[in-house]
Amino acid sequence: MRVARLDSETDFEGWRGHARALLCDRVPPEEVTWQVGRAQDTLFDILDAPAPPRDPDYRPRVSKRFLVDAKLALCHRDEERFGLLYRLLYRMQDNANLMSNAVDDDVIRLGALVKSVSRDRHKMRAFVRFRAVKGEPDTFVSWFEPEHRIVEENAPFFVRRFANMKWSILTPERSAHYDRRELQFGPGASQADAPDADALEDLWRTYYGAIFNPARLKVKAMGAEMPRKYWKNLPEAELIAPLIADARKLEAGMVEAAPTPPRRLADYAFAEPDLLPGDALAALRRDAAGCALCDHACHATGTVFGEGPPDATLMIVGEQPGDREDIAGRPFIGPAGDLLDAALQEAGLSRDALYLTNAVKHFRFTPRGKQRIHQSPKVSHIDHCRWWLKAERKLVRPRVTLAMGATAIRALAGRAIPVGTAREVGFDCFDGRAGLATFHPAAILRQPDTAEATMMREALVADLRRAKAMTGEDIVADFPANREV
Amino acid sequence: MPALDRLEKLRILADAAKYDASCSSSGSTSRDSRGGKGVGSSEGMGICHSYAPDGRCISLLKVLMTNYCMFDCRFCVNRISSNVQRARFTPEELATLTIDFYKRNYIEGLFLSSGIIKSPDYTMEQLVAVARILRHREDFRGYIHLKTIPDADPALLREAGVLADRVSINVELPTKAGLDRFAPEKDEKRIRAAMATTREQIDGWKEERRTIRSAPKFAPAGQSTQMILGADGSSDAQVLRSSADLYGSYRLKRVYYSAFSPIPDSSKDLPLRRPPLMREHRVYQADWLWRFYGFDLDDLDTAMEDGMLPLDIDPKLSWALRRRDLFPVDVNRAAKEQLLRIPGLGEKSVAKILSARRHARLRLEDIGKLCRNIRKIRPFIEASDWRPTALLDRAGLRADLAPKPQQMALAL
Repeated sequence: MRVARLDSETDFEGWRGHARALLCDRVPPEEVTWQVGRAQDTLFDILDAPAPPRDPDYRPRVSKRFLVDAKLALCHRDEERFGLLYRLLYRMQDNANLMSNAVDDDVIRLGALVKSVSRDRHKMRAFVRFRAVKGEPDTFVSWFEPEHRIVEENAPFFVRRFANMKWSILTPERSAHYDRRELQFGPGASQADAPDADALEDLWRTYYGAIFNPARLKVKAMGAEMPRKYWKNLPEAELIAPLIADARKLEAGMVEAAPTPPRRLADYAFAEPDLLPGDALAALRRDAAGCALCDHACHATGTVFGEGPPDATLMIVGEQPGDREDIAGRPFIGPAGDLLDAALQEAGLSRDALYLTNAVKHFRFTPRGKQRIHQSPKVSHIDHCRWWLKAERKLVRPRVTLAMGATAIRALAGRAIPVGTAREVGFDCFDGRAGLATFHPAAILRQPDTAEATMMREALVADLRRAKAMTGEDIVADFPANREV
Repeated sequence: MPALDRLEKLRILADAAKYDASCSSSGSTSRDSRGGKGVGSSEGMGICHSYAPDGRCISLLKVLMTNYCMFDCRFCVNRISSNVQRARFTPEELATLTIDFYKRNYIEGLFLSSGIIKSPDYTMEQLVAVARILRHREDFRGYIHLKTIPDADPALLREAGVLADRVSINVELPTKAGLDRFAPEKDEKRIRAAMATTREQIDGWKEERRTIRSAPKFAPAGQSTQMILGADGSSDAQVLRSSADLYGSYRLKRVYYSAFSPIPDSSKDLPLRRPPLMREHRVYQADWLWRFYGFDLDDLDTAMEDGMLPLDIDPKLSWALRRRDLFPVDVNRAAKEQLLRIPGLGEKSVAKILSARRHARLRLEDIGKLCRNIRKIRPFIEASDWRPTALLDRAGLRADLAPKPQQMALAL
């Protein structure tokens, strides 16, 4: 019996030297014992170094592919591996093509070792998780527990991938250290030698949870590729159990949930107006045509949306469309519209340069014979419709807003302010922009007292002038009330 | 609205990206970070850095640039009319996140897609901007997969191909009728035109490479696409015909199939019932038979019943049961093409049979060492000590080989 002693569990060069010498002496595999490290005394001669061969001219036959496989198989924890490899090599001397006999038991056994080590090597490349070392830029440490002895075999992969980082991979038996220039190996370490957390791990877990599709649970498929033994060092693994538990519930919830009313481009106007296509206002108008936000929406012919250039500096907000507006689908075109046009002209304003809209976009009325009698909108209508007004204001961004009448003031300010007071001191719109107030042209038309009506009309023109002036200034509101102070 | 932090954005935009099945990081050019100033390598075979409980591999950081979208595709969680929460990454944020993840060995690289915002050019420009930062400024040598937007400026598509390892564009539905109905803004012609452009670029690079080795590479890992199963009424036969057409016309590396799964806030136009996940698996198997096992479309038709692959047995077995006249196949004599048609034998087993039979005539026991379950293969082969005789002609053979019904229910 010959004993061949190797320096370490993965001492490939040592094994190769012994194997070559043993072959030269034609020692049959069953007469060799393989041993790692300095062993206790044995009854046999110990070959610390290969003995000088009796047949130095003998050139063993070996295929390149076998050497590659043998190097990998040596990383396996199987105690029999040295013997198996030597046996194959020995048999190969008489049968050069042995390795291609896929049904030979030794070949199958080696195949299984190689497969197991390659898989472990691949899984190490996959499951090593680096943690940044605090206070040292671009320095990372990982704690990993491989199944086989693959650290040295695998470390060059990490050098190629992370050539410009400083890193260490610690395992129970061996450690690899790389300082951007040189790769070095040291003894095993413990988990406590690695950082215990990394700030990015919360983000990684968030990603893991979000990319999982609860509608297609396949736990077995996951386990086959990411066996449980690796879980303890994967920061994301703690999520697996809760994700599985919630999955069925979630999916049931999704199927049962009734489809929600669809959203439209208007939402984008709130969040990221710059994401909208060029003609955003037109798109908004199309969306509004299908509005179903409140019970009021199904009344009347349709939505009467605002109109005017998207870069208007002055926005005029009325109450709601009337009979004529509802039929034509445009704001301010009935008798009140005529009055407004006249007032605009007197104030030196062009209607084409303004953005005209209403606080409520549908006509509210009670039918009486062949007439539709105007009804004021309810507070809930104003609140619902503010959604559209907000979207319009996001896109148009007027410098000055003129609210005509109590409904418009309520929509813009978010609370009731008497028209008189708002005219005097102005108000802040919900988006923080300056708001002015004036009488609604329809209120002037309804005013039975002629003298009062004339006064209100003059006030309307004056308010329009003031609004016009303010669009040109860096606004410090010039209100009558302020002037008196 | 308060600004979303990085964590919230990632949650929203990864959630929005998960319906894309592809996560491959394989098949690109070999390279690594030595001699550079950044990180990253690619060595042919991609690496799956984690697996989610849905059994899918997590190889890349798969996110959307934004889930705002002007399109209204019914099957898509990000369609404009959906109520999901919206978010948007800047190119800078995405590049930083990719590097942060990569340095901790969480990922192989980035798979970036986006909802369509403003215009196709604008959207594509944003995607390309991320790849530009990663490649040029960070010297990132990991994997990049970019979705391309049909109708975007060809110059941008070209730049995408030069920066990325793979580009893809999803056809989503196997038929034009399905596309018209469920994805009104998607135009089959334009999608095909975009794929054609990509193929042209890839072909051009490969041609040029023959004479100039340093020719700038173009999407070296090729282009791919995705089809959703079970959202419209397409049969398996239609699906496979479409993908055969796409593979052939545009030399796609992969067609991914994704069984339609219920999405949050789904459109009422869609079936809420999902197709069995097994259907997706069977279609993948048939796709493999077509690409690697020498099956043509007629063979696949033979495996089907009314245009659908059986769910309880795999397509190769289904085909073999109907073509028993071609069996048994003698494992000691048959050509490789015939061996590949034996149910239960894969490419690797066939290669092993071919090399092992040069040493000695193979017995049934030998074949047993090379495959998982000899009982299933036995009826279809002849070995030196085995002939199936009556076994192959039995009427009950299908029932013998199919899994038991209760196991079926689990598999679904």
